[in-house]
Amino acid sequence: MNAMPATYLWYIPLLPFAGFLINGTLGRKLPRAAVSVVALLFTALPAGIVAWLWATMLAPGAPNSMSIASYPWIQITGFTVNFAFAVDHLTLIMLGVVTGVGFLIHIYSVGYMAHEEGYWRFFAYLNLFMFFMLVLVLADSFLLLFVGWEGVGLVSYLLIGFYFRKTSAANAGRKAFVFNRIGDFGFLLAMFLLIAHFGSLTFSQVFATIGQHPEWQGAGFLTAIALLLVLGATGKSAQIPLYAWLPDAMEGPTPVSALIHAATMVTAGIYMVARCHALFDRSPVALAVVACIGAATAIFAASIGMVQHDIKRVLAYSTVSQLGYMFLGCGVGAYAAGIFHLLTHAFFKGLLFLAAGSVIHALSNEQDMRNMGGLRTRIPVTFWTMSAGVFAIAGIPPLAGFFSKDEILYQAFASPNPLFKLLWFIGLVTAGMTSFYMFRLWFKTFFGEPRFEESHSADGHTAHGVHESPWIMLFPLVVLAILAAIGGWVGIPAALGGHNQIEHFLDPVFASGASQTTAVATTGHGLELSLTALSVLVALAGFYVAYVCYYKKPGIAAAFATRNQALYGLVKNKYWIDEFNGNFIVTPLLLFTRGFLGVVVDSGVVNGSGATAGASARGLAWLTRKQISGNIRSYAGWLAFGAAAVLAVMIFGRAVWVHL
Amino acid sequence: MVPTAYYLVLAAMLFSIGVAAFLIKRNVITIFISIELMLNAVNLTFVAFAHMWHQVSGQIFVFFVMVVAAAEAAVGLAIIISIFRTRQTLNVDEIDLMKS
Repeated sequence: MNAMPATYLWYIPLLPFAGFLINGTLGRKLPRAAVSVVALLFTALPAGIVAWLWATMLAPGAPNSMSIASYPWIQITGFTVNFAFAVDHLTLIMLGVVTGVGFLIHIYSVGYMAHEEGYWRFFAYLNLFMFFMLVLVLADSFLLLFVGWEGVGLVSYLLIGFYFRKTSAANAGRKAFVFNRIGDFGFLLAMFLLIAHFGSLTFSQVFATIGQHPEWQGAGFLTAIALLLVLGATGKSAQIPLYAWLPDAMEGPTPVSALIHAATMVTAGIYMVARCHALFDRSPVALAVVACIGAATAIFAASIGMVQHDIKRVLAYSTVSQLGYMFLGCGVGAYAAGIFHLLTHAFFKGLLFLAAGSVIHALSNEQDMRNMGGLRTRIPVTFWTMSAGVFAIAGIPPLAGFFSKDEILYQAFASPNPLFKLLWFIGLVTAGMTSFYMFRLWFKTFFGEPRFEESHSADGHTAHGVHESPWIMLFPLVVLAILAAIGGWVGIPAALGGHNQIEHFLDPVFASGASQTTAVATTGHGLELSLTALSVLVALAGFYVAYVCYYKKPGIAAAFATRNQALYGLVKNKYWIDEFNGNFIVTPLLLFTRGFLGVVVDSGVVNGSGATAGASARGLAWLTRKQISGNIRSYAGWLAFGAAAVLAVMIFGRAVWVHL
Repeated sequence: MVPTAYYLVLAAMLFSIGVAAFLIKRNVITIFISIELMLNAVNLTFVAFAHMWHQVSGQIFVFFVMVVAAAEAAVGLAIIISIFRTRQTLNVDEIDLMKS
């Protein structure tokens, strides 16, 4: 096959944009089938181009990166930003995830949204999302990345609030938007600092400049830039302190949760940190902050996920927790491990959300796990595919999640920094909790006695009662289940007889992180194997606890909850974080805006100046209006007066002027 | 020979009378006549200066003014007639449709 010309890079994001334009403008009038064809076609074509790009870049002798630039976008003296795309191996992985998983979820959506209103709007948004996400991963500069970054935030807002007639959905969309704005503020400040210190926003130039200055190790401004970027990443990737929007984002349709809020958009923060590894490598403080945020978020979200009853919310907290793992991986300098987990997570979490959507579909929009149970035989395909996802995320070998999670934990442990040993322990505990809540979900949904009421089926739509989803929804599930099962095999570590291809694949990108791999090599395989065994044991322990609590003796969990009322209440209410935010941030802000900005500034200054200007104009108008009497003689008088005045100025004015 | 200043003083007096009549009188026809008076006062100054400087252009200006005045008289009288037909009055104080 011929090598792909670089100009084809433009088509990767522009094709979904064309789909958005078609569906967004004409979609209302088109039949549903046409909308689906447009949406799928304009997602499949970029996926094909990406496949071609993969083939080109993997061909022997192919360069490690490819880039293309347009005419300058912003050009002022000493500062230029181009519309430019660059592809390296990291981008390749992201492109594969976005177009591949994105296309599968588009297929699924055709089935899932078949009965919904606003079908064309949904697919227009999805295509727009693909456009912005592809711009984000292809961007060659911080500014273009930020364009994609803002764009996916916008589409996320639009899709969370897709059912905008529902107050909770509209509020959730707004919440997501506001949280993301806080993070974007940090990103903007970081870009200003970059311009001030480097005079450039292009990745290659900034990182080359950093590379030429070894004396900048740990420099204050690098740490400041890195920390501000981390703030941006915490907003987009739902990490502490800006995580609270993601669980609420589940108000959106389930395919959106799978695509945007699990597989792709929320990983943008991790991608950005990995992309800027040259910057982060120079700032141990920022890296430690990333690692701590990741570990803290992982265990925090996992603990909340253990007590949620809404199937999608469990998955949402699980996503936050897994994103924490990726942060942890990046924070300990193991960017490749973080990206590996991003890849496998896209498979199994996309799968889990889609399968959850299939369950919800089967039960006619029932999301509460307390009203499920015994679905194993009723919806077997969903059960088997979801099982693959559950086992993968729980870290049971040889499924995907096992390898990537284990790699992160091992890298954390192997890191020389003693703090990271503690983070490793937190990660290990989180792995057990992950296993527990995922199997809890599994048992509660698919095993035991059915707790849903078939009598629901009286209302027409659910006349068939519980039903398996159509094949257009099951096909993506099967593909993703296979990927979730075997996707981890690209990263089998040497200790288990593999070659960890993904890490070598990413080597050209993370070349400066080479010190990490040498440190690992010296510790030998014995430690790695024992750590692996430990994490498998922890995962199995999680399984066993869930098995006892929710299958063998259901009721144990409830009894435990009643005995530890305080603890359960704390976790159940999500550590009162939303209430804390409401009472200590939102309320004072509201008081300030309403009390000071509203009364003093708005009513006083803004309205006051307007009213004053209006009143003075009216006064002046009243004076001049008196002159327009309609009386010809008064006009004539004023005319004579004016003529006399002009005459007087001409005769005496010069004399007066000279004397002044 | 009569000094030029005499003509100018006469012209100024005529012009002032015209202005005063224009401002005081209420009948449109009278106002119209006072306008003619002012125009002819100006004509007088033109002729006086033309004579003084031995320049013919001043005289030519006067012809122009006369032509314009004649045209104005035609248009003005037509307007006056149509106003009288509609309003049954020529008192300008009662004709104030342009009041804002």
